[in-house]
Amino acid sequence: MSAGTSSSKLVITLGGIAVFSGVLLALTYEITKPMIAKNESEALEAAVFEVLPGAVARENFRLDDTGLRKVEEGSTEEPNLYAGINEAGERVGFALPGEARGYADVVRVLYGYNPENKQVVGLQVLSSNETPGLGDRIEKDPAFQENFTALDASLAHEIETVKNGEKTEPWQIDGISGATVSSKAIGKALRLSTNEWVPKLNAALEAGE
Amino acid sequence: MSTKEPEAMTLETFTQGLWKDNPVFVMLLGLCPTLAVTNSAMNALAMGLATTFVLIASGFLVSLLRNVIPKQVRIASYIIIIATFVTMADYGIKAISLDLYKALGAFIQLIVVNCIILGRAEAYASKQTPVKSMINGAGMGFGFTLALLSLGVVREILGSGTLFGIQIMPDRFQTWSVFVLPPGGFFVLAGWLMLFTWLRERKSKQEAL
Repeated sequence: MSAGTSSSKLVITLGGIAVFSGVLLALTYEITKPMIAKNESEALEAAVFEVLPGAVARENFRLDDTGLRKVEEGSTEEPNLYAGINEAGERVGFALPGEARGYADVVRVLYGYNPENKQVVGLQVLSSNETPGLGDRIEKDPAFQENFTALDASLAHEIETVKNGEKTEPWQIDGISGATVSSKAIGKALRLSTNEWVPKLNAALEAGE
Repeated sequence: MSTKEPEAMTLETFTQGLWKDNPVFVMLLGLCPTLAVTNSAMNALAMGLATTFVLIASGFLVSLLRNVIPKQVRIASYIIIIATFVTMADYGIKAISLDLYKALGAFIQLIVVNCIILGRAEAYASKQTPVKSMINGAGMGFGFTLALLSLGVVREILGSGTLFGIQIMPDRFQTWSVFVLPPGGFFVLAGWLMLFTWLRERKSKQEAL
């Protein structure tokens, strides 16, 4: 097996192992694919219901330059916002994504927007890498979450984060002391996303009615 | 090695990894995931079990092919085999729980380069029968899981006041955030290493008497 091994044997061995690996991986992928898709859809659903109080069902939508249209389940089109439907079958609002740079990494959020009274009605952090015990309080801190029950998003003023205890206006977010950068990241994510999407969404809704 | 081994030898190869040659506490291998993912008991357990799966499966396959793989390409072959099982574990965890998958992050994929696994393939599985290699892999894997859990349990109780996500400390308990941060990993690892080294030394002294 030492010097006498021909290179063709090396190629065949490595090739054989690689082919076997490929088959094994393809099998695993096929088996786990529906489970992973189900998990992802459930996680998204849970997040949509979380940010839109009262929602019990979800509808997928796509909003772009051509307007707002519904995306059916299983369609190839990627939805970029979701509507929450309550038990009475009424639309309670839209869930939109937003992101901004935090202290450690990009903070991605999903927030609920109610077009009736033009307010942000809920917010959930989808992914973040903020410092445990400090910055990651943006995810759970009840006082901070309180900011997003009726945050003004009429865009008369841009959404902004202020220092802890200095919130005076409905469009301001009361920051967390000790987590200034992370709180500001949430404010920035909301500001960027609302500035871009809310006018488009409102225009599309008005055109549709 | 003769083909017939007494029963005691098989058991010994299992307990070797668990205690005498514990990968973390004795050989100080695989310290990167040990420090990185043990901020909660659940993460530690999942990481340990994923590594155990890869150890057992790759041990079996490497041992099965030990007479087929030419010496020149053995490391390349081992890496393909290990990477295949790691990717399977990766899909598996994603299918079981997305939250767990997010918490473990890149460390699942990084099992590929965990030196415990390649070390086992090279030092043990490439010379022993498939069954013994699997038993040896299981021993090492459970030893690794045990070490990870030892760290994870302490860090979660002190850092978050919970165990497997269930609150066990009284509400008054002020959590020591440092324990879920990277420095906490070093502190707890050092504590366990001191304890285990002391136990081993005491045992060897007693045996010498």
